[in-house]
Amino acid sequence: MIINHPILGPRDSQEFTYLGDATLIDRPDWEADDAAGQFHDYLYLRDNPAGEHRELWFHEQGDRSWLVVTRNTVTHEILNVELARDVARARGRSK
Amino acid sequence: MTDTVMNAGMNAGTVAFQADGSTGARKGVQVNRLDGGLIKGSKALNFTFDGKRYKGFEGDTLASALLANGVRLMGRSFKYHRPRGPLTSGSEEPNALVELRSGGRQEPNTRATVAELYDGLEANSQNRWPSLQHDFMAINDRFSNFLTAGFYYKTFMWPAAFWEKLYEPIIRKAAGLGSISFEDDPDAYDKGFLHCDLLVIGAGPTGLMAALTAGRAGAQVIIADEDFLLGGRLNAETFGIGDLTGAAWVEQAQAELASMPNVRVMPRTSIIGAYDHGIYGAVERTADHVLAPEAGKPRQILWRIYSKRAMLAAGATERPIAFENNDRPGVMLAGAVRAYANRWAVTPDQTVAVFTNNDDGHRTAADLIAKGVKVTAVIDTRAEAPKVEGAELFAGAQVIDTKGRLGLEVARLRLANGATRDVPCGALAVSGGWNPNVHLTCHQRGRPAWREDIAAFVPAGDLPQNMSVAGAANGDFSTAAALRAGAEGAVAALSELGIEAKADALPEAEDAPINVTPFWYVKEGKGRAWLDQQNDVTVKDVKLAHQENFRSVEHLKRYTTLGMATDQGKTSNMGGLAIMAELAGKQIPEVGTTMFRPPYTPVSFGVMAGRSVGEEFRPTRKTPSHKWAEEQGAEFVEVGQWLRAQWFPKKGETHWRQSVDREVLQTRNSVGICDVTTLGKIDVQGKDAAAFLNKMYANAFAKLPVGKVRYGLMLREDGIAYDDGTAARFAEDHFVVTTTTANAVLVYRNMEFARQCLFPDMDVQLISTTEAWAQFAVAGPNARKLLQKVVDPEFDISNEAFPFMACGEVTVAGGCRARLFRISFSGELAYEIAVPTRYGDAMIRKLMEAGEEFDAVPYGTEALGVMRIEKGHAAGNELNGTTSALNLGMGRMVSKKKDCIGNTLSEREGMNQENALKLVGFKPVNAAEPVQAGAHLMNADGEVSAATDQGYITSAAYSPVLGCSIGIGFLKSGDSRKGEVIRAVNPLEGKEVQVEVVSAHFVDPEGERLRG
Repeated sequence: MIINHPILGPRDSQEFTYLGDATLIDRPDWEADDAAGQFHDYLYLRDNPAGEHRELWFHEQGDRSWLVVTRNTVTHEILNVELARDVARARGRSK
Repeated sequence: MTDTVMNAGMNAGTVAFQADGSTGARKGVQVNRLDGGLIKGSKALNFTFDGKRYKGFEGDTLASALLANGVRLMGRSFKYHRPRGPLTSGSEEPNALVELRSGGRQEPNTRATVAELYDGLEANSQNRWPSLQHDFMAINDRFSNFLTAGFYYKTFMWPAAFWEKLYEPIIRKAAGLGSISFEDDPDAYDKGFLHCDLLVIGAGPTGLMAALTAGRAGAQVIIADEDFLLGGRLNAETFGIGDLTGAAWVEQAQAELASMPNVRVMPRTSIIGAYDHGIYGAVERTADHVLAPEAGKPRQILWRIYSKRAMLAAGATERPIAFENNDRPGVMLAGAVRAYANRWAVTPDQTVAVFTNNDDGHRTAADLIAKGVKVTAVIDTRAEAPKVEGAELFAGAQVIDTKGRLGLEVARLRLANGATRDVPCGALAVSGGWNPNVHLTCHQRGRPAWREDIAAFVPAGDLPQNMSVAGAANGDFSTAAALRAGAEGAVAALSELGIEAKADALPEAEDAPINVTPFWYVKEGKGRAWLDQQNDVTVKDVKLAHQENFRSVEHLKRYTTLGMATDQGKTSNMGGLAIMAELAGKQIPEVGTTMFRPPYTPVSFGVMAGRSVGEEFRPTRKTPSHKWAEEQGAEFVEVGQWLRAQWFPKKGETHWRQSVDREVLQTRNSVGICDVTTLGKIDVQGKDAAAFLNKMYANAFAKLPVGKVRYGLMLREDGIAYDDGTAARFAEDHFVVTTTTANAVLVYRNMEFARQCLFPDMDVQLISTTEAWAQFAVAGPNARKLLQKVVDPEFDISNEAFPFMACGEVTVAGGCRARLFRISFSGELAYEIAVPTRYGDAMIRKLMEAGEEFDAVPYGTEALGVMRIEKGHAAGNELNGTTSALNLGMGRMVSKKKDCIGNTLSEREGMNQENALKLVGFKPVNAAEPVQAGAHLMNADGEVSAATDQGYITSAAYSPVLGCSIGIGFLKSGDSRKGEVIRAVNPLEGKEVQVEVVSAHFVDPEGERLRG
């Protein structure tokens, strides 16, 4: 596969390490009342869609950016590639 | 007419062998050699088959040269060991598989039909004993009623115990075709990467026209063909293009392509797979056509081709008609017989008959007659067959059986009027129509569609991204249609890339329809009509599969093994499907096809491995002191990719334990030095560096003063202990952290994940500096004295100025920058000193020289391990992915006052039970007995079972300090059981040792030494 890196342009997927579902960005608040339950769901529950999937890829053999790649798991078509940092900020993460 | 990639042609210098005075000489040597052809007749090439010497010509394949010499029998079938000859003249060949070359270069299951002849070629038949002519295993053929489809499934079901001991060894012995020599392959294989605007797959008329069109427009073009000669079917047919012969037009096209710097022509290159996003796999056979590769040159190259657009112009494969005993050597595809005659100037025999259901088969008769070969009959299944000149035509007739020992002698016909007729022939050219080579279109999700007018599947549905299909591969069989499709396809593909190309005036070419009437198999006979000749699947087997309800194509394939041989059923799948459709009362498209998967043709393991063999299998990382350690005669051990010194044997030491014990004692008594560069090092900088480390580690870092080091324990998000190391604070906003050797890459990856995905606004930067610093542990009571000689005098490293857990930047050896850490893994007074990697070799020599007066000893990973067990430090065996901070005795380190990776879930009830496993030490009651790592712990009395399991020993070593074997491990409520005597059991080896539960800190439990 070829991943169109937002900074570096098209790169072979061999340069990347795959992590998984991009919902791993949404790490729960440790001080929430049901933090244990939220962390359990965060860590263990994943959707496994046949179709569009937002997932995390690490450009380990490149610039070490974490990317959020929107990929169709059936056709392997890549619909969007974003810097994970931008996605994280957009989802309200900060420090 | 068709541009199949199988029988193509190339080589600018190839000129048709002219029918001049030398033809007589040719024929004199080789009984079945004809006039003309595209072989070079000037020089004979010598080769052997089964030890017998033959001669052929440049441009021959092994199959064409053997046929020229009158050899039709080339192999034995897989199951019944039936005698077989070539069915085809290309890569789809099921029968003529041979062992090529010998020794380390021996290659089994090579198709003789594509093995390019060279002087000195050595080939042997396979799957026969004692010889091809007299094969003992042919007895299997007598038991064919017994060995039908599903034989293995039915026979070897019961009793289960027989499988491993009896059935499997017998089957394994009988299975397989060719053999390998078990010698190392002496040749090199390479891998490479190519990029292009347009990849053209196949260099027949379609592909050549496409490459010319795209090349003239200035696009970056790669055109690849598996054959050594470009041209595809143009080399196998007699019709021309424009005013030129097919071969001359190919030569002209090739010359033009060669003149374009933007076009890369790749003969002998198979495109083996279509992968995601326009990536194609290709195997180029750069030296399979010579005796041995030139020195330093690879035998084959595996290319990864990145294409913006690709055009599949892979042509079509002819399919046979099944009839009784249709597998005798001499029964061949009509297009192949024609190719042997026109391209290779060979006829399989001097008398040939033709059996066809379409007009194309008639071309074979016409071409052979023109070459002076006697055609004894043209048998056409159609009642309305075209007229034939020079041979007897039997319209509406069928071949119902054949005769001949080790080769065809007679074909028996059922005539239209019901009479039988025996026709003498040494070869029978069979045509059942042509199947477009759709394989690569199916490598992702494409499912071909049925086209009634040509009675074949054509590409359809979801083709691989940016692939188009043209010419015979798309079902357009005439040469004129192929040229048009190639040119127009290239224009269309390039216009999508914004490159303007023109489909220039196309040359004139034949445009005849194929006129096929589907006819799959002759119904008359016992059913020993062969579909898949390599796997010995007959019409009868398909009927049996249907009868036993294995009716879906996928079941049919697996039950009968149809299409599962090395040729992947290129000539047989269609027949099987059609018969199944007929039996099930369905249309062929309703039955569907099985999936085609890469590789298109078999690929050698050598080219897949490339240069990654032996020592080069993966990169080797050497420590900065490696050269010095080699000079000391060190034994090395692989730690991941690293090579580390394991111990340093001294003269007279005959056992590794002697070396290790000496290294431990000398370190504990004076001073030892160890290269610890392999530990991961990460530089953490930024205003929020401390806050970031607070998130990464279970324990707190915010209040760590500058100039101090702290041990850090890292958890996984599920609360399990992950990694440990130290974090040294060099400035308010600058830490240097270490990781274990094994987790260096992973910890860095996780930290980057946290930095970018979880805490994106933290002001913190990370850089891996593992390879930037050479780091040495200097441990033992004389460590400070030694270092005072190396560290420049302006730096005070006395105990007062530089106490335990201090760190700082210093200079050594008169100004070389260095980092000094007062940390200890051994439990001794110890330091780690780091210098830029390029000074690592000088540093180890300097340290050893300075240590001479203290009798300093270098120590390796074994002594390192012994000392850390003596001190009770956890390492990889203890941080094993199942243990928590609580288990490790570090529960209190997990801060409840802050958020960090893993702390929430580490509080789960199940991980905090009363009787949790705790890290403790173990000493044998009888000092002579060894403690074994991996042993399970049981109470002093009672049964030994999983239910009574009390824990396990993770690490063990002989302690030269204590004079006995010791271990550390996890014991239920271990911290409150010290003094108890329990059992360490190893049921696998029937061992049981009484051990006493003790503190894991065997040496200096109060930590006085490291603070001294």
